[in-house]
Order: sequence, then C-alpha cells, then structure tokens
Amino acid sequence: MNLLLPDSGLLFWMTIIFAIVFFLLAKFGFPVITGMVEKRTRRIDDAIGAAREAESRLKGLAAEQEQLISDARAEHDRILKEAAQERERMIASAQEQARAEAGKIMDETRERIRQEKEAALRDIRREVATLSVAIAEKVVRKELSSDEGQKELVDRMFEELS
Amino acid sequence: MRWLTFILLWMLTSVAHPAFASDPSDADVDVAHMLFGHIGDSYGWHITDWNGRHVTIPLPCIVYSSTGWHVFMSSKIEHGHEHEGLFIAEEGRYADKIVEAGPDGNLVRPFDISITKNVASLMFGSALLVLLVLSCASWYRKHDASEETPGGFTGLMEMMIMMVHDDLIKDSVGPDYRRYAPYLLTAFFFIFLNNLLGLVPFFPGGANLTGNIAVTLVLAMCTFFAINLFANRHYWKEILWPDGPIFLKFPLPIMQTIEIFGMFTKPFSLMVRLFANIMAGHAMILGLVSVIFVTAKLGPVINGSMTVVTMLFGVFMNCLELLVAFIQAYVFTMLSSVFIGLSRQESH
Repeated sequence: MNLLLPDSGLLFWMTIIFAIVFFLLAKFGFPVITGMVEKRTRRIDDAIGAAREAESRLKGLAAEQEQLISDARAEHDRILKEAAQERERMIASAQEQARAEAGKIMDETRERIRQEKEAALRDIRREVATLSVAIAEKVVRKELSSDEGQKELVDRMFEELS
Repeated sequence: MRWLTFILLWMLTSVAHPAFASDPSDADVDVAHMLFGHIGDSYGWHITDWNGRHVTIPLPCIVYSSTGWHVFMSSKIEHGHEHEGLFIAEEGRYADKIVEAGPDGNLVRPFDISITKNVASLMFGSALLVLLVLSCASWYRKHDASEETPGGFTGLMEMMIMMVHDDLIKDSVGPDYRRYAPYLLTAFFFIFLNNLLGLVPFFPGGANLTGNIAVTLVLAMCTFFAINLFANRHYWKEILWPDGPIFLKFPLPIMQTIEIFGMFTKPFSLMVRLFANIMAGHAMILGLVSVIFVTAKLGPVINGSMTVVTMLFGVFMNCLELLVAFIQAYVFTMLSSVFIGLSRQESH
C-alpha cells in the first residue's frame, strides 16, 4: 500500500528541513531558554536558601529575646522579693530597737522615780524629826514653866534611870 | 462563555472539512478516494470546490526525468494534462504520482523532489516552529531571566519547554541529558506543532504530515542515531556479548541476533506508532464527516439526524485528537529519552 511506503521526495525534504530546524533550534533556540531558566531556578533556590537561613536566624533572635525577657522578669521578681524581705527585716529590727529603747527609758524612769521617792522620804523624815523636836521643845517648855513640873520630870527621869 | 462558543464554532468548522464542500446533491461520494486523497499526498494544495470548480493552490514540481530536470507548477499537470512528457498516473503502482512513459510503454517513476502538499506544510510548520522558538529565545536574550519571568506566549512556551526538559528528558536520559536535550525538545515541538496544524481544517493546516511514514521515518532515524552514535561501552557489550548461557552466544550468535534486531525495532516502533496514530485520527474524523454525505441520499430525516450525531462525534473526535496530538509528541519524546538513557547507562 502506498501509505506505508515512504515517498522519496518527502523523505528528501524532511531530512533537509528537519536538519535545518534542528540546527537552528539547537543552536539559537532551546539551549538559550533552558539555560536561562536553569539559571533562574538556581537563583530562586539560592534566594530560598537565604530566606530560610534568615528565617532561622530570626527565629533564634526571637528565642533569644524571649530568653532575655524571661531573665529580666525573673530578675525583677527576685529584686522585688529581696526588697520586700529587706523591708520586713528593717521593720522588724526597728521594732526591736524601739522596744529595747523603750525598755531602757522605762528602767531609767523607774530608777529616777525610786530615787525621787527616797529623796522625798528622806526630806519628809527630816521634816518630821524637826517638827517632832520642835513639838517636843514646845511641850517640854510648857511643862517646865512651873517648878512642880520640873520636879516631876526630874523624878520621872530618875525613875526611869533606875 | 464567549471562548466556549468560539471553540465550539471552531470545532464545527473543523468538522465541515473543505474536502467535503462539494455539492451534497450529487450523492455518489467516493469516500475511499476522498479519504486516501487527504491522508496521502498531492502535488497541488486542494482547498475547496467552488461552483463545481476546484480551488487548488499550485505548488512547484521538481522532477529529474530521462530528459533532465523539469521545474513547473502543479497546475500544468492537473486533471490528466501532460507537461513535457510528465503526467500523473491514474492508477497502478504509481497512482497519483508523476510518471513518464518509458520507451517500452511502461510507466517510469522519475526522481521526484516536488514541493508537494506535505512538503509545503512541512516548510510552513518548520518556519512557524523556528519563528516561535526563536522569538521566545530572543526574549531571553533581551531580558535578564534571573530577574524577571516572561508572560504571555513566551511564558507558555517556557512552561512547556521546561515541562518536557525537566520531566521527560532530565528524568529519562540521566546525568548527561544536556547533550540530547536540544534534539529531544526539537522532536517534541516539531511533532506537537505539526500534529496541531494537521487538526486545523483549513489552509495552511490540515495536511496529514506527522501521519506520513516518510516524516516519522526521518524522526525515528534521528532517534536511532542519537541512541547508537553516542552509546557507551556497556550498551555495545549488552548487544554483542549479553549476559546469558554461553551456548546461546557461541557458536551460533542467537542472542546477538535478537539484540541487533532490537536495535532496529525500537525506532521502528516509534515510527509506526506516530504514523499510525495520527493517520488513524485523520481517517476517523474524515470518515465521520463523510457519513453526512453518504447518508445524503437516504432522505432528509436520516441525513439530518445522522448529521447531528456525526457533528457530536466529530467534536468528540477533534477533542480526542487534540489530546492525541500532545500524547503522541510526548510519547515519542519520552521513549526516545528512555532509549537514549538506556544507551548511556553504566553497568551496575
């Protein structure tokens, strides 16, 4: 059958034309396009790699930041806690001191009160003695204003002495 | 929606193929002649019939006969006319070919490199292919492709080229695919573009170029050379001294015979596959369309209903052929890549 027999004329032209087409496309066509696209692919790959690296670095930075913040917060807490403790301690020591001071003052006061009391007692006692002597003088003077009275006194004194 | 309408219209016009634009009232339609006339080759490019006259683009005939070189337009030898002792044989071995009468009255086929319909279509398709690819390549020359990407047609071409380049060639050929990529890409786009042009029903498409065995033969030969010229030592060792029991190789080289036979069956299968698929597609569509004209004398009801059915099938077949146009180009390229890859394989 005619269909299955390659025609020499078409074979001839096909060989020539396909050779020309192949030459043109293989020299000026496809390698240019595929080369450029491969170049772009490499470039995109590089860009993606760089982006990934930047992203991981950013992630590292974020973690570092997080770390910093949490550290700062811990420090803050610690300082606050210490301040509170310090305050407690200061209050306690102040109270202690105040209490000691107060006790001392109280003791001193008590001491002074006692001394004052003793001094007052001594004064009173002296006053009382002076008064009693004066009273006794007056009593004695009155009893001795008469002779009988003097005699009686001398007698009683004798009695008492004997 | 407008695009869909457009595509449908295009499909419908493709069904109304010019070869059948003859008056349907002369009911004797020679389907076989019409079909093989289209699938085969012709010296002029028959476009349509108009008012009973053939509208044919004459193409140059270049013939070297016993009387020397003859160059003339095909219109000179149309309808049985004779020109400088050359005419188109009506029937016999050389039916529809230019012949001359030999001295003993037998028909002699001269050396014939006429620009036939297929050659004209081949030239047109090749020029178009070169134009398309080089215009894309020029974009890459003018722009820094690592900075920007092409849009529009160049973008489409880039997508297809890289699809073939990465998915087919790189995967199948192996590490040194760069040497073969230009040939395989050329083969893919050559086949694909000519397949598509063959589906365009009007001039300058519609020629059954990739369904012609001479064209597929040249393509298969190229693959054959691509396989065997650059094959490595392992490939030849597999052919000349394959693994197997020694009595199959010596003294009778049975396995070698089979392997050498296999060297030729691979490209042969490529040749026949492409040829048969595209030719069968054209024949199917033409056969479907001729149903309209064959049923013309069976009355308007049958003819009308058959026309509708045929139209639907025609649209379906055209869609299928669009798919086949791609698949056959893909398969040819893929198998070529695989065969080349096998010839470059190192022993393992």
